[in-house]
Amino acid sequence: MKIILRNIEDKNYQGTVKEYISKGGYKALKKALAQKPEKIIEEIKRSGLRGRGGAAFPTGIKWEAVYKAEGFPKIIVANADEGEPGTFKDKVILERDPHLLLEAMIIAAFATGASEGFIYLRGEYFKAYQCLAAAIEEARKERFLGKNILGKEFNFSLLVYCGAGSYECGEETALLESLEGKKGRARLKPPFPTQAGFKNKPTLVNNVETFALVPAIILKGADWFRGIGARESCGTKLYCVSGDVKAPGVYELPMNVSLRELVYKYAKGVEGNLKAVIVGGPSGCFWGESDLDIRMDYKSIEARGGILGSGAVVVLNDKRCIVDAVMNCVNFFRHESCGACVPCREGTKNAWYLMQQIKEKKATPYFFSLVSDLFEVMRDTSRCGLGQVALNSLVSAIEMFPREFKEHIEKKKCRCNICF
Amino acid sequence: MDKVVLLIDGQRVEVERGTTILAAAKQIGIKIPTLCNHPDLDVKGMCRVCVVEIKGSRKLECACSTLAENGMEVITSNQRIFKARRLNVELILSSHPTDCLNCIKNQHCELQTLAADLGIRESRFLHITKQGCVDHSSIALNIDSSKCIACGRCVYICNEVQQVGALAFFDRSSSIYASSAPSLFYSPCIKCGQCTSYCPTGAIFEEEHTEEVWRALNDPEIIVVSQIAPAVRVAIGEEFGLEAGRGITKKIYTALRLLGVDYVFDTNFGADLTIVEEASEFVKRFTQQKEKLPLITSCCPSWVDYLEKFSPDMTEHISTAKSPHQMLGVMVKTYWAEKMNIDKKKIFMLSVMPCTAKKYEILRCYDMFASGQQDVDVTLTTRELARMFKQAGIDLLRLPDSEADTPLGIYSGAGVIFGATGGVMEAALRSAYEFITGQNLDKVDFTSVRGLKGVKEAEIKINSQIVKVAVAHGIGNAREVLEKVRKEKEKGNLAYHFIEVMACPGGCVGGGGQPYGGMKVRDMRAQALYQEDRELPVRKSHQNPYIQKLYEEFLGEPLSEKAHKLLHTRYYRRPLYGGDKFSCPDKERLKVSKG
Repeated sequence: MKIILRNIEDKNYQGTVKEYISKGGYKALKKALAQKPEKIIEEIKRSGLRGRGGAAFPTGIKWEAVYKAEGFPKIIVANADEGEPGTFKDKVILERDPHLLLEAMIIAAFATGASEGFIYLRGEYFKAYQCLAAAIEEARKERFLGKNILGKEFNFSLLVYCGAGSYECGEETALLESLEGKKGRARLKPPFPTQAGFKNKPTLVNNVETFALVPAIILKGADWFRGIGARESCGTKLYCVSGDVKAPGVYELPMNVSLRELVYKYAKGVEGNLKAVIVGGPSGCFWGESDLDIRMDYKSIEARGGILGSGAVVVLNDKRCIVDAVMNCVNFFRHESCGACVPCREGTKNAWYLMQQIKEKKATPYFFSLVSDLFEVMRDTSRCGLGQVALNSLVSAIEMFPREFKEHIEKKKCRCNICF
Repeated sequence: MDKVVLLIDGQRVEVERGTTILAAAKQIGIKIPTLCNHPDLDVKGMCRVCVVEIKGSRKLECACSTLAENGMEVITSNQRIFKARRLNVELILSSHPTDCLNCIKNQHCELQTLAADLGIRESRFLHITKQGCVDHSSIALNIDSSKCIACGRCVYICNEVQQVGALAFFDRSSSIYASSAPSLFYSPCIKCGQCTSYCPTGAIFEEEHTEEVWRALNDPEIIVVSQIAPAVRVAIGEEFGLEAGRGITKKIYTALRLLGVDYVFDTNFGADLTIVEEASEFVKRFTQQKEKLPLITSCCPSWVDYLEKFSPDMTEHISTAKSPHQMLGVMVKTYWAEKMNIDKKKIFMLSVMPCTAKKYEILRCYDMFASGQQDVDVTLTTRELARMFKQAGIDLLRLPDSEADTPLGIYSGAGVIFGATGGVMEAALRSAYEFITGQNLDKVDFTSVRGLKGVKEAEIKINSQIVKVAVAHGIGNAREVLEKVRKEKEKGNLAYHFIEVMACPGGCVGGGGQPYGGMKVRDMRAQALYQEDRELPVRKSHQNPYIQKLYEEFLGEPLSEKAHKLLHTRYYRRPLYGGDKFSCPDKERLKVSKG
């Protein structure tokens, strides 16, 4: 079952507007423009589509909020600031099938009454920028963008904006700050972007993958979409499998797939012996062999105390040291914290120093209580999601592999001979 | 206004919609600890110290940024909350130098107080401070980024209130700090010092000049002459435990003499002189040179600096009269020195100001050397003088009263109110009215220009002519006034005849060198000034007998050639960045004063 990757499966597919149309592209746009905006939103709401960026907020409700919000002009933003380590799903869409995103954004603009759109692109995605720029130009020539789109009284213009490589700017309010030309730091909510987003205008911010599912829902209907995947996590999801697997890559699968299937069936198994799986990237959790039968939908993963996030699955074999792997995650957050609020700014820094003490053979068993205090306060008091999840990986790793941590701290010994 | 009812720690509280939980808790006597939040500024949610538990919310919420809602159940103290607050303060301290004993903010530091309140006794985390050196480049202000806790108050006041944009956040994550690029000297900083009055720690502070003053005081050859600004007398007591809004002018005179000052004068005399010159200038423009209107006041050096850097098109409108302390300085070194037969080279003119920008003003341009010497040798802020008193063991509040020396220490009520926003305008109107009409003004209180409203507008009837005046405090507000002037000018109209601007919110009583305190305290200080004005027998500058005598004996008449040479200055177009580097005849001194 392929929805997003259906065109890309064909190796010769170049992603030009002609090819896209020949594969049935922009049909959904035509269908949508013949409908009333309320009906499109109702369809999206009924489909049960949830945001694929990590927070899993129901997309239809977001669209409705922007539609009902007062303010002019309304803005649509595609969040293409894909910065989570181990995630590379949007890149595939942006580089190989950019028109899929454009079509969905135009539909969203029509449904919510927006007239301006931005694609906030990760700074490092140079190729994607070129593909998007070319696609926008093509779409403009084909009259899918600009004034009086498809003969309707509907105008929409689209711009690509390159970020400067900050992970924090993937958070929607920080993204909007950055888009306004300011320092990328999360805003206080409320107000939510749907009320006061870009320059205080009602703004719809959706992930690229979320948008990419829209045309199929419009064409085939909400009921068809609901029939795929799990009950509260409908549709397909792009899973990015990387690490010590035989076939790393992006896999589009219905959301009721199990982790075991994903690793062993689709990614063709583990290189060596499986030790840990990180689900959700550095902000996710370290799980072991025993967790492999979990279903990869929002509800099941949340019930296990993790987050699906953007769908990153990183597999580690038994030659990898857990402490070293966690240190990588902690260092990532130490570097990417925006520095606005104290718990995240100082907490990530101190967590990193604590980890460094292990490597310097200076750590004491006091380490565990400090980490658990830090984790608790950062989760409780951080200003945005980044700080709230920053120590998930560390705490889950300690929970899953307590012995390995104890060996490092008490015996100053690393069983993989990496740390010392 | 509709009300909302919520439960705080089990107590029912009714507040207006839009009230924060912090304010609601305050109503029932619960003081939630805060650090980044300040009632005057829209800064919130950075320090995460004021966290509270709200029923139905999984995480803790900030009391400063969360609005009260109907039916909300808030808990402000339990183990979980204490733990979070203390850990967050511990985290801040883990990257703070914590050299409190050597810090200029010792005992005034909000972080220190908070740590004491929360009972922080140990530091569980590695103590690794931020790397950074102190920016000494500005003549008035210093930045020590290592003490910056990135609360954002200074950035807010500089960018949103003053709209100068000299300060911003640099770097990210744990190396974040607020500063100026590349240094304060090469920034558009106007040295108003509001950042120093709002910084909760010792990250931004005034350049200290007390050592030079001690040196002069201890040199028997040098005759030290002092003057204190109007705003100083109603604020310095706060440093000694006096409640805000009480003037102790005469005790300060005694204390200065105890320090070893030889002659104690008062800036209020200079203010009277400024008013006579400025009001005469206004009358001249109002009656003869209408094209040169509006007249803008020039007593505030930050404002002058702002105009020279940001709006050079307006410099023809600004009054050429010097600020009061400069006028007094030059009078001391010419008129008084001649009269007393003292060599002016031996005079050390010390002025105590509520202001950090005055440190810059004394070297602003050649005109500040009108006496042939530097007219004012050193400017101290109120805070620095208070520290000197403490060093000398002077218990200010228990001193007997004494009077200022004549002739330059006697002042009118108009000179006193110079320290509050609207005061210069009111004082000038009192004199200008009489200059234009030639009649006696009975009702001297122009209450329409008083108060803390950002921009105050009034129309005053003089001789059947309407004089439109505007009073602005805070550069952001002044900017609005300038915009209006420009807009009306394009249409060929005159928006105002007379404009008063003070750079600091509240006027000089809220100056960057004053004891720390928000708008509430500033208002109380202003009230104390108006109180003193009411109690004085002479309330108009030009009726000050010693001013009259000064003109008779020395200056001739207002705006005379001699007055122009000594009491007036010129304005220049300065570059926005590095604009302070202006041809200053005493460059060596500039270096010396910076240590």
